[in-house]
Amino acid sequence: MTTTPLASMLDRPLELHPQVALRPEPFGALAYHYGNRKLIFLKHPDVVLVVQALGDQPTVGAALRSCDIDQARWPSFEKAFIALIESEMLHDRTVG
Amino acid sequence: MTAPLVEQLKGGLDAPICLTWELTYACNLECVHCLSSSGRRDPRELTTDEAKAVLDELHDLQVFYINIGGGEPMIRRDFFELLEYSIDRGIGVKFSTNGAFIDAEKARRLASMDYLDIQISLDGTDAVTNDAIRGEGSYDTAIRAMNHLRDAGFGEFKISVVVTRHNVDQLDEFKTLADSFGAQLRITRLRPSGRGADSWHDLHPTQAQQRQIYDWLIAHGDNVLTGDSFFHLNALGQETGTGPLPGLNMCGAGRVVCLIDPIGDVYACPFVIHDEFKAGSVRDEGGFANVWKHSDLFSELREPQSAGACASCGSFDACQGGCMAAKFFVGIPLDGPDPECVDGHGEAAILAASAVMKPRPMMDHSKPARVATPGRVPVAIGRR
Repeated sequence: MTTTPLASMLDRPLELHPQVALRPEPFGALAYHYGNRKLIFLKHPDVVLVVQALGDQPTVGAALRSCDIDQARWPSFEKAFIALIESEMLHDRTVG
Repeated sequence: MTAPLVEQLKGGLDAPICLTWELTYACNLECVHCLSSSGRRDPRELTTDEAKAVLDELHDLQVFYINIGGGEPMIRRDFFELLEYSIDRGIGVKFSTNGAFIDAEKARRLASMDYLDIQISLDGTDAVTNDAIRGEGSYDTAIRAMNHLRDAGFGEFKISVVVTRHNVDQLDEFKTLADSFGAQLRITRLRPSGRGADSWHDLHPTQAQQRQIYDWLIAHGDNVLTGDSFFHLNALGQETGTGPLPGLNMCGAGRVVCLIDPIGDVYACPFVIHDEFKAGSVRDEGGFANVWKHSDLFSELREPQSAGACASCGSFDACQGGCMAAKFFVGIPLDGPDPECVDGHGEAAILAASAVMKPRPMMDHSKPARVATPGRVPVAIGRR
C-alpha cells in the first residue's frame, strides 16, 4: 500500500509560520505570508479551525482529532494542507 | 455545499485584498496613458494625520498590504513617514514609482525596510519606445533608480510595464532586463482611463497582438506578475485547450479591489475615476470601513451581474465579459463585450458606441498644456 500525502503528514508537528496572518472571511479565511507575500484562500471554516488548532497540538492528526473532524473527511483536508506547506505557511515546529 | 471560490469572492470580502491608494495627483512626469490624469497636486489631498487615520483603519480591517501609487508618491514630503507608519502597523507596502526620487541614499533607506516592494514603471526597453509614452529622459531616470536599488542590495524589486502595441514585441527583452537586475517583471493591461482615454485607440494592442500576449503569458506566466489584468484573454485558452491564465480570473472591482484617491474618495477600482464609480470618501462618517461594507455602489457590484450582450457567447465563463473600466470609457454598456474581446465582438461595440457621448474621465490634474514656442520672437519695447 502506498502512503498518501496526508498519511505522511499526520504525524508531523506542523505549525503556522510566525509571519503568517489569518483573516476570517465568510468562506473561511485568507492566509497571508508577510515573508514571501503569498496569499492563500482557506476555503472551508473547518480548515481554518484545524490550522488554528495546530499551535496547541503536537501533530496534524492530533489537531484534526481535537477539532472533532470525522476521519472519513480527513482526505478532504489534504489539498489545503499541501498548498499551505508548499507556500511555507505551515512548517515543522522546531524544538527549543 | 459551498459555492466555488470565485462566486464567493464576487459577493465581496470583509475587507479588500488589493487596495490601491494614490497618495498624490502631483507628478514630475506626464505619461500619455496616466490612469489618474496626474500632474498637479490637489489642494484637498489627505493630510499626514488623515492618512495615518486611514492606515489605522486598514490595520483594524486586517488589510495585509496596500499598493501605493499616484501621481508620483515619493513627491509627498511625508512619504517615508507614511511608509514607516504603515509597515509598523503590519500593513505591507508595494509602491509604484517612476524612480526620479530614488538616489543612492534613498535606495539604502528603502533597502533597510521590511515588508516593502517597489515597482519601477517602464514602458519600453529602449529610450525611444519608453520616452514616447512616459516623456523625455524617463527611461534613463528609471534605469538609474534600478541601479541604485541594486547597488543598495534592495533585492527583488519589480519592473512594471503597461503593454502597448509599441512594446508588445519587447516582452522577451523586458524579461531579460528584469533578470539582469535580479528583478521581477510585471506586465499589465492598458486601459482607456485618465489620459489613456485619449491615447488608448492609438496604443492598445491589436487583435493579433492580444494572442501574442496570451501565448507569451502561457509560456512565461509563472514568473511574471500581471495583477490578474489579462483575464479578458482567457477565451483564447478555451479554443486551444491551454486553459486560463494564472490568477483570479474575474473583475474584482468593489469586491476584492478598490481605490482610495489622493483626496480620500473611494472608487471601485484604480481605472474608474469617475463619479459613477465613486462609492464614498474616507472622510465620510464611518470612514473607509463603512464605504467598503455598506456603500450602495459596492453592494450593487456584489450582486450577481448580468451577462447582457455576452450571455449567448460560449466564452463568457472564461472571460467574464472583460474589464468594466475598458468598456465604460470607450462608451460600451457595462454588460456589453470588452473592447478588446478576443472573439472580435469589441470592434462592432466600439463602432456602435461612437454614436453616443462617451463618459469623460474625471479629476483631471494634468498640467496646463504648454504652448509650443517655435523660437523666440524678439519684441521691440522701444529704443533706449
